Amino acid sequence: MEALSPASRVDLARALRQTAITALIAFGLLLPLIGFNTVQNIHNELVLETRWPLLAVLVAIIAAGRFLHAIFIAPALARRALRPRQEDAERTATRARRVRWLTPFALGFALVYPALALSIVGTQGAVKWVDNFGVQILIYVMLGWGLNIVVGLAGLLDLGYVAFYAVGAYSYALLAQTFGLSFWILLPVAGCLAAFWGILLGFPVLRLRGDYLAIVTLAFGEIIRLILINWVPVTNGYAGISSIPRPTFFGIPFNASDEGFAARFGLEFSPVYRTIFLYYLILALALLTAAMTMRLRRLPIGRAWEALREDEIACRSLGINTTNTKLTAFAMGAMFAGFAGSFFAARQGFISPESFTFMESAVIVAIVVLGGMGSLLGVAIAAVIMIGGTEIMRELDFLKVVFGSNFDPTQYRMLLFGFAMVLIMVWRPRGLIATREPSTLLNAPRAARLRKQKATQPSLAQEPHG
Amino acid sequence: MEVFVQQLINGITLGSIYGLIAIGYTMVFGIIGMVNFAHGDVFMVSAFIALITLLLLTTWLGIGSFVIALLIVLIVAMLFTSLVNWAIERVAYRPLRGSFRLAPLISAIGMSIFLSNFVQVAQGPRVKSIPPFFNEVVVLTPESSGYEVAISYKQIVVWVVTAALLVVFWFVVSKTALGRAQRACEQDQKMAALLGIDVDRTISITFVIAAALAAVAGTMYLMYYGVVSFADGFVPGVKAFTAAVLGGIGSLPGAVIGGLLIGLIETMWSAYFSIDYKDVAAFSILAITMIFLPQGILGRPDVEKV
Repeated sequence: MEALSPASRVDLARALRQTAITALIAFGLLLPLIGFNTVQNIHNELVLETRWPLLAVLVAIIAAGRFLHAIFIAPALARRALRPRQEDAERTATRARRVRWLTPFALGFALVYPALALSIVGTQGAVKWVDNFGVQILIYVMLGWGLNIVVGLAGLLDLGYVAFYAVGAYSYALLAQTFGLSFWILLPVAGCLAAFWGILLGFPVLRLRGDYLAIVTLAFGEIIRLILINWVPVTNGYAGISSIPRPTFFGIPFNASDEGFAARFGLEFSPVYRTIFLYYLILALALLTAAMTMRLRRLPIGRAWEALREDEIACRSLGINTTNTKLTAFAMGAMFAGFAGSFFAARQGFISPESFTFMESAVIVAIVVLGGMGSLLGVAIAAVIMIGGTEIMRELDFLKVVFGSNFDPTQYRMLLFGFAMVLIMVWRPRGLIATREPSTLLNAPRAARLRKQKATQPSLAQEPHG
Repeated sequence: MEVFVQQLINGITLGSIYGLIAIGYTMVFGIIGMVNFAHGDVFMVSAFIALITLLLLTTWLGIGSFVIALLIVLIVAMLFTSLVNWAIERVAYRPLRGSFRLAPLISAIGMSIFLSNFVQVAQGPRVKSIPPFFNEVVVLTPESSGYEVAISYKQIVVWVVTAALLVVFWFVVSKTALGRAQRACEQDQKMAALLGIDVDRTISITFVIAAALAAVAGTMYLMYYGVVSFADGFVPGVKAFTAAVLGGIGSLPGAVIGGLLIGLIETMWSAYFSIDYKDVAAFSILAITMIFLPQGILGRPDVEKV
């Protein structure tokens, strides 16, 4: 103890110095925007109000966090860096085992979730829980898996993915209203139209790589949204399209009439049946996306995608037609977005360009990247955390007791979302599930040997693939 | 003709603002090869800092002189915005240096979402407008003509401040040791580090300079339009990025030329075609430039190395 104390005293002094610097910087950062508030007075003029207590509290929180980081977390990280690799390898192996067990569990939970919700909160509450959490999260799981084909497998960063989602939604809404076609006919039609747009927009951008491709797809996404806003005769502009026909249970509508679902099956009418039907519909669509992705990865085209992600020049040298490979990835991803879009339109019954902003694209990209590009399970987990997390913000009414009655937790949804994006990126740049089993291995004994090798050499599993 | 001249004047003013933001994109891309997606939101934050400083000066301290107030607002906005951008680089981008290629871009998108929502939460979602001031105009056409072409004093201020700061900035980049270090890091970071240049510090300073120029743009934007809201970062950001790409990303004069071109195209498009589709025009230019002229007007062609 005697020998340790001077060192720890020095550490404390250093921690305090770091804390002071951080507090000073935090004060400087927060002073203009938190210290002062611009409000309109009764004469409609902007005036300043000060918020010194809030500023002091925030600076104190940041300083405390920095202090705790300096005395607890930083030394722990330093110790971990010194630990032998072997231990890390074992941890990776146990983590991989845990992950393998997680997939069937998650699938089973997704299947029984509506029944669980019904039995716990009853029919009234279940509508909210199944719709807000189940359907909402599954839409993003599906979109994430669809985009995963483009970003995770083919390595093309698409920041305009929401455009295809919009194409699917508007195709369903307009065709269903104009021609009265049913959801089941229009679902594949919307998918095909979105895939067509994927090829159309994909074609000119194929020569671009990396960041440039990302920005051009962003531009295309915005152009489609602006056209939806301004082409009023067709899309009804900002006002959007309302009273879109809802999907039917293979021809049986979900309404209170004698022909309705509840009456036909001798049940008491309740909106919960439609919600549960929608839940299983989107679950089936999402699982279709996942199954397609897993099959495609074993086909030559899927291998070509992954090869393309690793090295485009090597791909071309091996005689892979990069244009077609990229186009199929774009079209395939767009098709699933089209399915999801037509489902979204049918579920909401109302769509407007507001639902297809760049923010949606950013959220989907965030889900794919944070989940670990290429990992289906990772994408699903990220969707649950990011979307479920932001949805749960709506339910935190008890915070009003803590922060006063005009505290609105929903305001902080996107704020925390952006913060979480930065945090996860800094903490785990490869995403939540970074280890990915290779799609194909040459033969079984070699595969076993490779897996063993991988377990002992974790560095192999962390080879860059971006 | 008169309409054209008037739109030319408006376009150059708008283009100066885009040019100042575009320099930030082009410098950061040049030195660390990342599209700093949050730069548009840094510009928006700077406009808010300028707004708060202006209110502080006029309503609390009662400074009446426009020139003094503008100078103080400019300096304060530049200082605080630089601090913000320095902190962003330190927290969100530096830990990701050497990570896979898309990691900083994702982090920057997260930062952009964070900044705009932070301002929304901290300052409220309403559009903030300042009372109109300094509205004198110089009429250029003779009194007899039907259409009046005028330059407002505000536009002259935007031009003068932009030009003056560009000269200072050009001097810093091309004549000082700091500028040399920066250009060295741009060419080869490892070699620059071997020659004793502190690469991390140079990158930090690049972000600080980028933020300072964005703050000038933010102050000019606030003064010229008189309104700012938390959502004002995204579209000007994308347009400024378009300007940087059009001029040739990595090229500083290119960013200014690109900014002026985008400003002119936008005002001309609004005047002669359709104001609804002016953003479509800007985004289309972005896509067309990327596809057909990826190296931009003044940029060097990108050589693909194996």
